[in-house]
Amino acid sequence: MRAPVLNAGANYIKLWNDPNFWNSMKITILYVVYNIPIQTVIGLLLAVLLARFGRSIVLRSIILAPYLIANVIAAIIWFWMLDPLLGFGNVVLHWLGFGRIAFFSDRDLALPTIAAVNIWRHMGLVALLFYTGIQTIPKDIYEAARIEGAGPWKNFTNITLPLLRPTFVFVLVTSIIGSFQVFDTIAVTTLGGPGYATRTIVWYIYQEGFVSFRMGYASTMSCALFLCLAIVTVVQMRIMRSGQSELG
Amino acid sequence: MGNPSSSLEIRSRRWLGYTVLVVFALISLGPMWIAAKTALSDSRTLFTGASSLLPQDPTLFNFERVIGLVNPADPRLQQTSFGKIDFYRALTNSVIFTLLAVVPQIACSAMAAYAFARLRFPGRRLIFFLFLSATMIPAVVLFIPNFILIKDLGWLNTFQGMAAPYALMTPFAVFFLRQMFLSTPRELEESARIDGANYFSIFFRVVLPIHRSALATLTILSVLNAWNEFFWPFLVGRAENVPVMAVAINAFRSQQAGGVPDWSGLMACTVLGIIPVAILLVIFGRKVVEAFQYTGYR
Repeated sequence: MRAPVLNAGANYIKLWNDPNFWNSMKITILYVVYNIPIQTVIGLLLAVLLARFGRSIVLRSIILAPYLIANVIAAIIWFWMLDPLLGFGNVVLHWLGFGRIAFFSDRDLALPTIAAVNIWRHMGLVALLFYTGIQTIPKDIYEAARIEGAGPWKNFTNITLPLLRPTFVFVLVTSIIGSFQVFDTIAVTTLGGPGYATRTIVWYIYQEGFVSFRMGYASTMSCALFLCLAIVTVVQMRIMRSGQSELG
Repeated sequence: MGNPSSSLEIRSRRWLGYTVLVVFALISLGPMWIAAKTALSDSRTLFTGASSLLPQDPTLFNFERVIGLVNPADPRLQQTSFGKIDFYRALTNSVIFTLLAVVPQIACSAMAAYAFARLRFPGRRLIFFLFLSATMIPAVVLFIPNFILIKDLGWLNTFQGMAAPYALMTPFAVFFLRQMFLSTPRELEESARIDGANYFSIFFRVVLPIHRSALATLTILSVLNAWNEFFWPFLVGRAENVPVMAVAINAFRSQQAGGVPDWSGLMACTVLGIIPVAILLVIFGRKVVEAFQYTGYR
């Protein structure tokens, strides 16, 4: 690591012209796209089911359990489950008549697989947050809808979804910010590979700053990431008009 | 309402709902069970027992060898697929790191939160706003300057270096406790003041005891977070004698003694890393779940 020298923004010019930076941004956004929609839909589904059928604390604890264990542990367990030769998941696939799949060392599958591991880890937390949101919806609204003859699906789309908007804003803002910064799972499983297939932005920053010791350039990229997250957050808040509640 | 077709429909819907919930409960716990099964199996049965749901030739040997309970001369250790790890040390390091990170964190955050909630000083709104904005900064942005600072202090590969950023900088804790402290009944604080108590004794004798439950919630969240922490300790604490649990597991996984990772040893480590979390969940179940539910902590 060298002593810092002022270089009049040269790092930012380098950043603009660095294809690796843009590539890792692209990979990160792709990762977020794999990760967030499925995680949010599963979380919402579980929350509705928990609110209707299973309010027990034991069930909620079990659903939350994957989130309480370390990222590294979740990653290593799935790395083992999906091991091409000995992993339980692959044995089951083999048994079902599919071939064995090298999930983490396949160029096209590695990124979605890492997204799946994180969906597994976070779905319970998302479910709990939506569950809490559902608890705040007054019961008499559903009662009124029932008298009007509305079915469960109509209730969900006309009452639950719109009234959950503040929860949606919170869940999406925090989970997208978290998703952009994926690191631990990659550090345990693919190390940015195969090739550069899982070199997300934080992995690239880590490589530049803490492996190649180009701290200046790594800082430049982390500022760009910060800016990017700030923009994403503001845009989301605007789109979802988070300040207003349907309940007024 | 007593219409049989609709009651049948309701019943089948309920069964469907339960089934989906049970499936997701199995998806949540299944992989952890497979990890435990592998840890309890004789490592020579990994291939033959790959599809089994129960441990093959159940043994605690994998646990014993990763925490160093097995005599190094033991012939059972001569398998080429075994990696080298001192996981007992890693667990001890995690306990030290967790204490060093959590105790000062709660103490500093509680005092800061009380100051923001009750003291009137110039610029308090601005400072609080800056504090809140800090929650939005991605961790990696802070790691680079923090790393340089810790390195210049000569604190690389020390516990103080690993714990320092957590001990002071916890905007979430400050925000959470400030909200709690704002709800303290003013009359209690006023009457203590009339009795001649200063801010410190009001804080310790009145405010903290009232908010025991919130402090407990925050402590549970912080302990879980510190216990599971990886990225920062991985950057500053990789030397042989200081790695915490997650850093040690990551290093252990990258050793490939027999061409593949030492799976049974690794799974023994993951089970040992999960056990404290499981104990916390069993003892404080409702509190843990509600802590996440109501704070949205991440």
